[in-house]
Amino acid sequence: MSKNWPLWEVFIRAKNGLSHRHAGSVHAADAKMALEAARDTYTRRMEGVSLWVVPSAAIIASDPGDAAELFEPAADKVYRHPTFYSIPENIKNI
Amino acid sequence: MYTTELKDKNQKPQVAAVVEDPERLAAFEARVAADDFIEPKDWMPEAYRKTLVRQISQHAHSEIVGMLPEGNWITRAPSLRRKAVLLAKVQDEGGHGLYLYAAAETLGTSREEMIEALHSGRAKYSTIFNYPTLTWADIGAIGWLVDGAAIMNQVPLQRTSYGPYARAMVRVCKEESFHQRQGYEIMMALAGGTDAQKRMAQDALNRWWWPSIMMFGPPDENSPNTAQSIRWRIKRETNDELRQKFIDVTVPQAEAIGLTIPDADLKWNDARGSYDYGAIDWEEFYAVVRGEGPVAKERMQARVKAWEDGAWVRDAATAHAAKHEAREAAE
Amino acid sequence: MADTALFDYACRLGDDSLILGQRLSEWCGHAPMLEVDLSLANVGLDLIGQATHFLKLAGEAEGKGRDEDKLAFHRDVLDFKNCLLAEQPNGDFAQTIARQFLFSNWQELLFRELCKSSNATIAAIAAKAAKEVIYHSRLANEWMVRLGDGTAESHGRMVEGLDWMWRFSDELFEVDAALEPLIASGVACDVRKLRPEWDARIGRVLKEATLELPQARRATVGGRVGHHSEHLGHLLSEMQFLQRAYPDSRW
Repeated sequence: MSKNWPLWEVFIRAKNGLSHRHAGSVHAADAKMALEAARDTYTRRMEGVSLWVVPSAAIIASDPGDAAELFEPAADKVYRHPTFYSIPENIKNI
Repeated sequence: MYTTELKDKNQKPQVAAVVEDPERLAAFEARVAADDFIEPKDWMPEAYRKTLVRQISQHAHSEIVGMLPEGNWITRAPSLRRKAVLLAKVQDEGGHGLYLYAAAETLGTSREEMIEALHSGRAKYSTIFNYPTLTWADIGAIGWLVDGAAIMNQVPLQRTSYGPYARAMVRVCKEESFHQRQGYEIMMALAGGTDAQKRMAQDALNRWWWPSIMMFGPPDENSPNTAQSIRWRIKRETNDELRQKFIDVTVPQAEAIGLTIPDADLKWNDARGSYDYGAIDWEEFYAVVRGEGPVAKERMQARVKAWEDGAWVRDAATAHAAKHEAREAAE
Repeated sequence: MADTALFDYACRLGDDSLILGQRLSEWCGHAPMLEVDLSLANVGLDLIGQATHFLKLAGEAEGKGRDEDKLAFHRDVLDFKNCLLAEQPNGDFAQTIARQFLFSNWQELLFRELCKSSNATIAAIAAKAAKEVIYHSRLANEWMVRLGDGTAESHGRMVEGLDWMWRFSDELFEVDAALEPLIASGVACDVRKLRPEWDARIGRVLKEATLELPQARRATVGGRVGHHSEHLGHLLSEMQFLQRAYPDSRW
């Protein structure tokens, strides 16, 4: 048998109140081992209070080739941002 | 350095086999020139991908093989504090290897393929780790000089053009910051100790100095791929620039603890604002690159043994995971 | 004033952690997989940390000016008080895991009790270490299951590894005359009372690992009074080399 241990992506919550953030990857044969490998690899310096591990194969990523149609249409929707609207100085609390 | 050209100088440079689409290539070059990051799924020229896989895996191998010379002293560290620090440090090197293998894997080469390349002798690793650690002072010298040289090289790589590599280097640099200090602290204790300890410290500096400054790789005129690597932001400073920087900061550190750099030609050059240094024995460097370092065989033997002895463990965990999954599916 | 009973007890606790930490550090750079290498080093670091605290306490209890390093690097076999299990050679990965499995499950229960020690220092060290050790036994238990219920080869190796270590488990629950007064004053833990829970844990994991409980046999003991296996002398000669060869040096 020579099946390699699959790759897992590791996400760490640095402290409560923050979202989990991608930290890196580990190889592990199963989910428990992946969590422990993540703990032993990525939280040795008090980097976090919570861990997620996700099989790398389960991540569906957008194609960089589609970036133009996916993300560029947002560029001209300036009205979604508060600074688009001009309100007189004397109007408060808005 | 961990990542410089570690090819035999007689080896021919690889000829790019793939002809790239000029338009995509131009767009790619423009992005890199603008200091944009390239991410795993982005289009990239084959030569860039290949160079990166080679460089990152070489870097990873260096971290892993680099665990051995220092690992040689963990069980003999002279105090509980030194033992814990050294174990933590060598463990860090393992972690760095792990981050780097993972960065290289995003380019489509598996860790196992890279390890296989290392064990078969196709892949190189830093020449420095093919020298033996004879005394405890060698642990100090490695931390001070080898990690010091590594930091010089790795700090600019945090801005390297390939995203996963740059992110791995950010993590590595953050963790490395204690490595050089602990090495210098060991040297300080020895240099200020008994005569026997002083002798140990000076001897370690004598043996590690030249290999350390060779770590930056061959002089710029003999480093044919440097220009391209710099253009691609895979490398951010030349071998000679980094070497000079390292020498300039290290000499005063040696003087401060009463140790002598083993180079009779070492002299401050006021005009250049840098130290002039003696001729480097590049034949020695290329011999080690060819695999003729004093303990190259021992290093490879240890790596291969660990990997082969571990095969049944890796297989067992895989088999258990499959059984476990099958059982859960059946429920 | 010297407290020899406390000195002896702190040495027992510290030496267990020190010697096993030393053994685990031998794996560094040689484990079956990089991730495993990092895990073993973390366990080793926890143990070396515990040893440092306990031996410091021992030195203070003794009151002769010996610090933790003096105790770690300048005692010979007869003065080491660790259990025999801790000093057993790493062998293959299965043997290392078997040792960790028996030891960490015991140490977890021990430290849980020692959090309540009437000696404030022991209680404080145990409170910190208890969290570390819960993780150690979790790691070891999971590896027992993976290897026991993995392949035919790993199962066979696990049986061998467990067989090697099993004869040293009774010693973990031994109480001698030196310990009785400390138990009475609430300083030490009465390890005899930990046995049923330990047996239940070990049995549960072995069952999941499809492994048999090894045959009961005569216990091999002696570590607590300095009568060790042949392995300890070699371990010490390596660990203590620098301090012994250059006795008047600071490092």
